[in-house]
Amino acid sequence: MRMVRPMLFALAVLLWPGPAAAAVSPGEMLADPKLEARARALARELRCVVCPNQSIDDSDADLAKDLRKVLRERIEAGDSDREAVEHLTQRYGDYVLLEPPLKPATYLLWFAPLLFAAIALGLAATVFRRRK
Amino acid sequence: MRRLAYLLPLAIFAVLGAYLHFGLDGGPGPLPSPLIGKPPPAFAAEGLASTDIRGPALVNIFASWCAPCRAEHPILMRLAKEDGLRIYGIAYKDKPEDAERFLNELGNPFVRVGHDPEGRVAIDWGITGVPETFAVTRAGVVAFRHAGPLTAEVVDGNLRPALAR
Repeated sequence: MRMVRPMLFALAVLLWPGPAAAAVSPGEMLADPKLEARARALARELRCVVCPNQSIDDSDADLAKDLRKVLRERIEAGDSDREAVEHLTQRYGDYVLLEPPLKPATYLLWFAPLLFAAIALGLAATVFRRRK
Repeated sequence: MRRLAYLLPLAIFAVLGAYLHFGLDGGPGPLPSPLIGKPPPAFAAEGLASTDIRGPALVNIFASWCAPCRAEHPILMRLAKEDGLRIYGIAYKDKPEDAERFLNELGNPFVRVGHDPEGRVAIDWGITGVPETFAVTRAGVVAFRHAGPLTAEVVDGNLRPALAR
């Protein structure tokens, strides 16, 4: 019985939703919280090019830190979200985008699931019709 | 014929499986550089600016603290001495005096060295680490990028053909 309260406390600590893991240090943040929020949102969509499956927001790599800095400078200089991201894609290509952009070269990537679903439905339809 | 139709999904699965298996085998390979086919990015480092670069030439991003840079150094020396190739160096996140000591010790293959202590110029080149080497053609266009230390195979197989373009 005596153990119940400490156990509950430990459980609460474990389950408490901590702040999302991020590598941004307070010194990097922009003074304007609105701009900072935009920078954070964009950084989560940008790939850290030296640790491919982390975003630059998550990564502690030096290069990710440098890219966060560049991103914040662009935003502070008045770039729109698109312009700030473009500044990086011009240098690192579409590879820095964690979500591949929709363009002719990626149509197959984006629409393959629909294509496969259509093929599956078509096959199922012919099989069931023949059964009847 | 109808019996064969049931084998179709299996056949598709086998083809897809083989494709994915071999796709995973080689790793992602070198990242494509968006600079290929374009002039070098505009930059101004201390000691070197984009307007200084005249092709055919190499641009090599290095650092005195980087071991693979040491490993590729003899190749750069040979390209500079024996081929008379113009090579521009960019010292990445390095103290100028350290970069200088590195070049005094191992030889200086560069016609000019730019200093990029903050690593900002390197981001304009889209580098992911040091060393990285870019080939700029006579027409002033980036034709090839190599991430990592240069090897004799890369030089003969990719770098020279790219420079000749």
